[in-house]
Order: sequence, then structure tokens, then C-alpha cells
Amino acid sequence: MRYNIGLKISYDYASPVSSARHHLRLMPQHLPDEQRLVSALLTIDPPPEERIDRIDFFGNPMVEVIHTTPHDALVFSVTARVDRIGQGQAAPAEISMQDLRAQLGDLRSLGARSPHHFSAASTRIARLPMWREYAREVVTGGLSVRACVEALGLALHRDMRFDPEATTVATPPEDAFARREGVCQDYSQIMIGCLRALGIPAGYVSGYLRTEPPEGQPRLEGADAMHAWVCAWCGVEAGWIEYDPTNATFVGTDHVVIARGRDYADASPVIGSVRVSGETRTAQAVDVIPLD
Amino acid sequence: MTLDNPETADGLAALLAAYRPAPGTRDEMLDETGAIRPLWQSLMGRLAEAGDDEISTSFLRGDQYLRDAGVYFRDLDTDAAGERDWALSHVPVLIEEAEWNDLAAGLIERADLLEHVVADLYGDATLIADGHLPAALIANNPGWLRPLVGVKPRSGHYLNFIAFEIGRGPNGEWWVLSDRTEAPAGAGFALEKRVATNRIYSEHFPKENVLRLAGFFRAFRESLSEMRTDRDSRLAVLTPGPSAPTYFEDAYIARYLGMLLLRGEDLTTENGRLMVRTVAGLRPIDVLWRRVSSGSTDPLELNEASIFGTPGLLGPVREGNASLINALGSGVAEARAMLAFLPRISEALTGKPLAIPNIATWWCGQPDQHETVMAHGESMVIGPAQSTHLPFDSKDMAINGADFAPGTHATLRDWIAAEGPRLVGQEAVRLSTTPAFVDGALVPRPMNMRVFLARTGEGWQVMPGGFARVSQSETPTAMSMRTGGRVADVWVISDTPVQEDTMLASAAVRERRPRAGTLPSLASENLYWLGRYVERAEGLIRLLRAYHTRLAEGLGRHSPLLDLMASHFEDFGVDETEPMPTALLNALDSAMASASQVRDRFSLDGWVSLEELTASARRFGDDLRPGDDSARAMGSLLRQLAAFSGLVRENMYRFTGWRFLSMGRAIERAADMSTALALYADPSAPFGALELAVELGDSSMSHRRRFSVATNRETVVDLLGLDAMNPRSVFYQLDEVLDHVRFLPGSGEPGHMTPLNREIVTLHTRLKTQTPKTVDTALFNDLRGAMNHLSTLLSSAHLK
Repeated sequence: MRYNIGLKISYDYASPVSSARHHLRLMPQHLPDEQRLVSALLTIDPPPEERIDRIDFFGNPMVEVIHTTPHDALVFSVTARVDRIGQGQAAPAEISMQDLRAQLGDLRSLGARSPHHFSAASTRIARLPMWREYAREVVTGGLSVRACVEALGLALHRDMRFDPEATTVATPPEDAFARREGVCQDYSQIMIGCLRALGIPAGYVSGYLRTEPPEGQPRLEGADAMHAWVCAWCGVEAGWIEYDPTNATFVGTDHVVIARGRDYADASPVIGSVRVSGETRTAQAVDVIPLD
Repeated sequence: MTLDNPETADGLAALLAAYRPAPGTRDEMLDETGAIRPLWQSLMGRLAEAGDDEISTSFLRGDQYLRDAGVYFRDLDTDAAGERDWALSHVPVLIEEAEWNDLAAGLIERADLLEHVVADLYGDATLIADGHLPAALIANNPGWLRPLVGVKPRSGHYLNFIAFEIGRGPNGEWWVLSDRTEAPAGAGFALEKRVATNRIYSEHFPKENVLRLAGFFRAFRESLSEMRTDRDSRLAVLTPGPSAPTYFEDAYIARYLGMLLLRGEDLTTENGRLMVRTVAGLRPIDVLWRRVSSGSTDPLELNEASIFGTPGLLGPVREGNASLINALGSGVAEARAMLAFLPRISEALTGKPLAIPNIATWWCGQPDQHETVMAHGESMVIGPAQSTHLPFDSKDMAINGADFAPGTHATLRDWIAAEGPRLVGQEAVRLSTTPAFVDGALVPRPMNMRVFLARTGEGWQVMPGGFARVSQSETPTAMSMRTGGRVADVWVISDTPVQEDTMLASAAVRERRPRAGTLPSLASENLYWLGRYVERAEGLIRLLRAYHTRLAEGLGRHSPLLDLMASHFEDFGVDETEPMPTALLNALDSAMASASQVRDRFSLDGWVSLEELTASARRFGDDLRPGDDSARAMGSLLRQLAAFSGLVRENMYRFTGWRFLSMGRAIERAADMSTALALYADPSAPFGALELAVELGDSSMSHRRRFSVATNRETVVDLLGLDAMNPRSVFYQLDEVLDHVRFLPGSGEPGHMTPLNREIVTLHTRLKTQTPKTVDTALFNDLRGAMNHLSTLLSSAHLK
């Protein structure tokens, strides 16, 4: 599936900002067997004084921009064309929890995709009894890892209410979970907490979601903003599978990957350090248009 | 002196009456037969001869030094057992040079091992691939910072200044209790304790061949100096700031080593280089001795919640444009569970066991080690695997397995089973004891040492002694340290005489004098406000003294003059009916707060005098009665304040920092005097107002000298407004400010003047062209506003 992707994130500051630093993870990744980046353009207005492009620990391309001239508005825009192939599944993910544990114990790697990074608490996702209790409730024993992921995803989709107004990017997942409402970020981080509580390494994926559904299918939740979902490790052979709890579906060709990490903190589209007084108005517009 | 002398022998018997080391414990001073070890005989003999009175007097001398040095001036946080709150244990721990050298060699071996491990974990991770370290342990180590993986330190080394916490077991063997590779504190503390201990044993110390500490610091400083790429850039200590318990030590060590003291907000980056914000704009800097934990240094890439950091700091580090000491992420080696793997890694690398082992440790994340802890947990200390606290730190959650109390988990085994990889078991260590005075009696108390190592041009150097903790509790386990205790000096004693040595001997003086304008903006801002607050306090004190003198002389509160003064007080926000006006205490507190941020730029005496002034003001408190009593009190405060001003004037180096402090005083004083003249030299002012103005300006003598006539409006405005020779006049202050502004970086040539320069020249000229007849109240009111404007211009030009 080929997509034209457009993104515009704009900030309007109440008073001029004299210096600012941002880390941007906005561009779809080039991932062999998963998706191919055909063309890509990142525009920053006003243009920054410094720009550094690099790859972060988890292998995500990122851009660091530094502004040192006063400005009262800032716009990041992305125009990209992507061929989305889907998830390159090496093997079926039907591994038992016991085998998963054994494989994990034998795995001697700290590479970017090593499941060891994704097993315990991370910056935004604490290790909490509530994850364990919920996960134990909805996942029955003896299931394969893949079945656990699906059972948990379906349960969350059933128990949570999607509400773009209920939470912000700073809301801890436990707060969103206590209220049983939130957006893709909350769904994903809650599911990650639960998967880890079960002993399944799990991470956060940020990306784009196709805006308009194929003919005759319902529009997906979260399609008019940047999206997020979950990846779970299913053993050495199957590797990582991705699941979108907001839409209760395994990830296929409707999703386009930008960044992967342990939680939102590793994969945030924009991290900024801006000295600003007064209110900042933020707007985000996303278009993911299929070309086929 | 010999111990055979009968008097000494009697004294010794008395001294050691209560000294009973516990069976099965090694004592540092007494051998197994109960005899004093040869090394200790001279010191014990000295104490025995001294007698109780002399001992307590000399101990007081040491404590007094520490108090004066400001060791107790910090706001102690709630962490009562925090390591900086430990007072001095007056008896040093003694160790022979030969034994020390063996110890040092063993610790250097360990330092190299840790360097290897840290470099590997940020490099190829072969220790992981080869199975020497479990991946899961490192992945969950909060000190392992992913953004730093693959970033090699410019100097080639991760570790440059580390410490080991060591203790001695029953058979006299030394054990490493904990590795400190992140940003070990305490070396500066050790220096202070050394000075204090010297005061106590002022006659005895020079006779003992105690190895000196200064050479260690000098060598370390030299090695930092060598790391610079820009010979003009300065070395700096990076501190979390005054809110941190280590701030005093950070300021002390920065001053001792002649380094800048910086906070995260002092720094920024430009084109991949690390820069300091100074009064002259951004200046490059490339070597930072970091006293801030790695995670807190960059909120953009590391701990996003950090308030101490510099957003973007990792940029220059990644590009190899800055050296942080130790390298960011070095704390990975501190986690307690690492102790379970280091001995085997060492054997794999060198083929032989570590010369100084660490205490036996089992990580419950590995099946076999987990089994061991499950089986023997009751005889172990069980604690968090990733903890970087010391086992005896009050913040640490470790417990004696035998003391397990059922809670969330019913049994110790349930707990270990449930928490698995988050726990380690460690053997419970029995520490040696050393003499300490407790309630006037010499008793044995458990101790452990912190040994500091610095990487120098000639490899690792070990600080010869300096720092031991002495427990308050008698129980000789490491855990007993948690209940707090004291810090003792450690004397490494040589067979041969030791050279005198001071820091001044070398690098610090050879170092090129820093250029003007490298003063960090944050420091200058604090100095400027210190100047303003001190001057404000002085103005208030003079005004209060004048007011109470007049009350004492019988002038009524509602007489025209005191009525006018009341409006003046109101202006200052002062309630003159308060015995000790809150506004005055506030001004003094604000001065202290500003001063506390720039401790490194102050002489100790300057700080102590300010501290004493504030304490006196508080002590007077509510007991003051209006009139004579208050007037006298204010007079006494004024004299104490003069002590501070005098120290600043006489002793402070005439550099940029001094200029900001002086400008603060001058601007405040000019504003203050303008206000007074607007009120008291107004033609409509009541009888006595002119004399009051002269008194507030402390210029009665000058007035008599200059004018043969009684005070009149023209003589007063001449003397206090326009006189270029009177240090209390408005014009004199403007002259001062003008002089300072000329020296400020980038202050501008004629035709290219900065707004600040333009404003001060204009004001200066405006007042200079007046005569006593032409100045009026409106002008003084104007001047007052103009001073505020000047302050704003100064801030926006140099203090942001």
C-alpha cells in the first residue's frame, strides 16, 4: 500500500521565544520488508540555526533542531511517500510463556531490538500491581504469547473509552487506566504495562494511521492525529509482533512506523526545551492518503 | 615520650578503662592480646598525657574550625543520616604506609577493572555476549544510559575520579563494600576534616609522619588541565546548586582547586561546543568535574524531570567537544548486583583473583545465585539489586535477612521468590573497630573507610587516607552505619619524615589568570543582588537608629519629623512599630540567600560575618524596646555590617564579580540617598529634617569640616547630592557605577554606546552640571526612578 503522508505541527507562543531546542521523530522509517520510504521532506519554519540528524539508541532516525533567534511561532511539517508492506513475520508467534522465559534468559544481547530493554519498568511505565491484576484477570493460563497479546488488546478495547479530551501527553498511564479512558498513547502504555507484568517484553511504537478506511470499512480511531501502538516480543524465531489496542487489531498495512522505544518518552514525536512565558497554542494536522 | 613513664601509664589506664573491643572483632588500636599496637602508641600516649580538660579543649578547637568553615551552615535537609551531616570523630584512624601501599595497589587494580567494564558496556558489550554479565541486569540498570552507548569519552577514559568504600574483616583482611564511579562526594569533606584534626593535634601532628593530601589534588587538577583543548578555557566543577546536600563541598573544592563553580543553567551549547553564559556572552568551556548525577545533566535526552540540567549537553559530549569527569553513564558500575560478577570478570581478564575482594554478593536474577539466597537468606543482607546507595545508607532498603518482617510477603523466601531479579543477597560483614570518644570515654566503634582515586598523567593515584566513618552503634556490622555516626580523619603514617605540601605549590598559581568577563551571569546576578540587599539593610538600620534616637530624645511619634519618617518607612515597606521589622530581616535573609549561591567567590570570613549579622538581628528579635534600647541595637548591627563591608572592600579581588557587587551597593545607595534628600531636603520639610539627612548619610563630621555654617538646605544637598568626595553622596555613587560600567565587557566605545552606558553617562552628566541652588526635590525623585531603570538595563545586558 502506498501512502502520501502530510503532517503539520504548529506552535503559537504568547510572547517571543528567544531560544529553543527540539528533538523530532516525525519521519516514517525505512524498514526493509516492512515499509519503504519513497520520498521525505521535513520543513521547519522559521529555519533553525542548527540542525543535527542522527539515529537514536533504538535505531530511530531523529532530528535535533536549535533556534536561537526570537520567534513567536514555530511549524514542523512533513511530506512523505511510503510503501507499506506490512509486518514481515518470520515465523508464527505461537510460543508458550515458558519457552519465552527460557529464550529470554539465554539471550545475550543489548542491541536496539533486544527484548531485555522492554521487560521491566521504563520512564513512563512503572511496575504496578494494577497491571498484573488486570492482566491476570483477562488472560487465562496456557495461552500462547500471541494469544495473550490479543486477549489483552481485546479486553482493553472493551474496557476503555476512547476520548481525545480525557488525557494529555503527560498523563501517566495509571491515571488513564483508573478512569478507563484516553487516547492511543494511553491504550498503548497501559497494554505495555500489562504485558510486562505477564513477563512478555513490550514496547511502544509511534506512527501514522491511514486517514480514510477502505470502501465499506469503518474509520479507525485516532486517524486524524499521530498514532501509537504496541510491539510485543514473541520469542527468538517470531521476533516482534505489533498490535493496535485502540482499534483492537494486529498491525498490517494501515499503520506506518515512525519510531519504537520502551514508552512514549523514547518515541515522542516532539520533545522540546523552550523558555516561554504565557500560553502556547498547539495544533496538529495529519493526512495519510492511500494512492492505490 | 614513652609509655613506660609511670604518669603516662596511669593516664593510659584511665584512658582505656572503658575500651573493650568485642570478641571476634578486629580492633585497629589494640592487638589480640589487648596491647596497644606500635603504630598507635604515640597518639595514645599523647591523649593519656593530655588529660580530660586539654582533650576537650582541643576537640572544641577542631569543631570550632568546622563551624567557622561553614560546614554546619548548610540547611540540613530532612535526611538526618545523610552523609554530609556527620560530625567529626576526633580520634583519627591510623594505618601504616606499607599496609596502605598494598591496599592502594589492590584498589588501583579494581579501578582498572571498573574502567574496563564501563568501557565495554558502552562499547562492544563483549562481557554480555560472553556471558560474564547478564543482559537483563544491565538493561535494567538505571545508571546505564542508552543515549551514551557508542559515545567514547574524548580523553579515552570513562573513569577519572572514583572512590571505594572499604572495611576490614575479623582476620585483618580488607573488603570492598561498594564502588563509587558516578560522582563520589566526600573528598573535599576529607580536606576540611584534615584541617580540623590538625587543629586538634596541632603539636602532635607535625611529629607524626602523616602523608599529606594536597599532592593528590594537585595531580588530579593537573590531569584535568591537560584535558583541555583550549588553553584559555577554565576548569569547572558542575554542582546541582545550593539545594543539594553536597553544595558546600562543591563550593569548597572549587575554591580549593581554583576552578569555576557552575550549575546546569550556567551552561548551553553552540555549534556542538559547550559554552558558559558569562557577563560577556557565551564563552567556551570543555572540562567539567561533574558532581551531578549523569541522569540529571540533560533533561532533553536523559532524565526529563531534572531541574539541574543543561538541555542539549549531550551534543558536545557526543561530538567529542567536552570532557565530563567521570564520563556520563559511569554510574552503571555502582549498582550493587555488579558485585556478584566483578570478581569473575577480573579472573577472566587477568587470570587471578582480585587482590582486594568485594563482599560476597548473589544476584537473584540468575537461577543458581537465586537458589543460594533462597537457602541462606537469613544470614545475609538482602537489598535492591540496582541500588547505588551504600548498604548502610538510610535511603537504602536493604535488611538483614534474619530481621525480615512479614508484610506484603509472608516469608523471606516468598519475598525473594516474588522479587527475584530486583534483589541481591550479600554476606553480612563484621567490621573492625577504632577508638572514638563517646560521652567523654574512649570506646571501640565500627568503622569503614572511603578511599578516593584520581587518574593522573602517571596513572591512578590514591588519596592517602582522609576519610573514615565511625558508627554510633556498637554492633560491628556494615548495617550499623545506617544509624549514623561521625567522620574521622585517616592518617597514613610513614616511617620517614613527610614533606610539607600545600595546594598553592603549583598548578593553581601557575594557571594563567582568567580573562575579564568570564564570570558566569548567574554568579554576577547573585553578587549584584547581594550588594543591593546588604545596602538596603544598611539603609534601613540607619533609618531605624535615627528614628529610635529621636524617640529616646523625647520626640513624639506624631511630631512632624517622625510623621515624615513614617512615610519614609512606609516607602520601604517597614512597620516602624515592630521591634525588629520584618522588612529588615527579609533584606538580610535575601542577602544571605544571594551569598549562599556564590559561596565559592567569598572568603570564609565574609560569609561568617554576614551569618553573624543575620543571627544577631534575629536574636534581638521581639525583645527590643522602642527608643534607646532599639537605637543601641541598631548601632550594634551597623558595626557588624561594617565588618562585612570592610572584608569585601579590603579583601575581595578587584575583578568582575567585585564590580557587580559594588554596583549593587552603589545603585541601592544612590536610590536610597535620593529618596532621603527628596523627603528631608525639601523646602517644606519640618525642623530637624536636614540634620536627619546628614545623620542618615553618616556625614556629620564631613559637614563640620566642609562648612563653617550650621546645616542649611544648600550645604546638605551639596554634601549628600553633589559632592564627588563624599562616599555617601548620590554623585559619588553615580561616579562609581560609571567607573564599573566602563570595565564591563562590551560596554561600547563613543558612538557605539550600550543603552546601559548611555543611561549612566547621561545621569552622571545631568547631576554633574547642577549646583546646590538648582537641584530640587523633583530631580531627586527622578534619580530614584532612574536607578531602577539602570538596574533593569544592567540585568538585560549582562545578567540573563
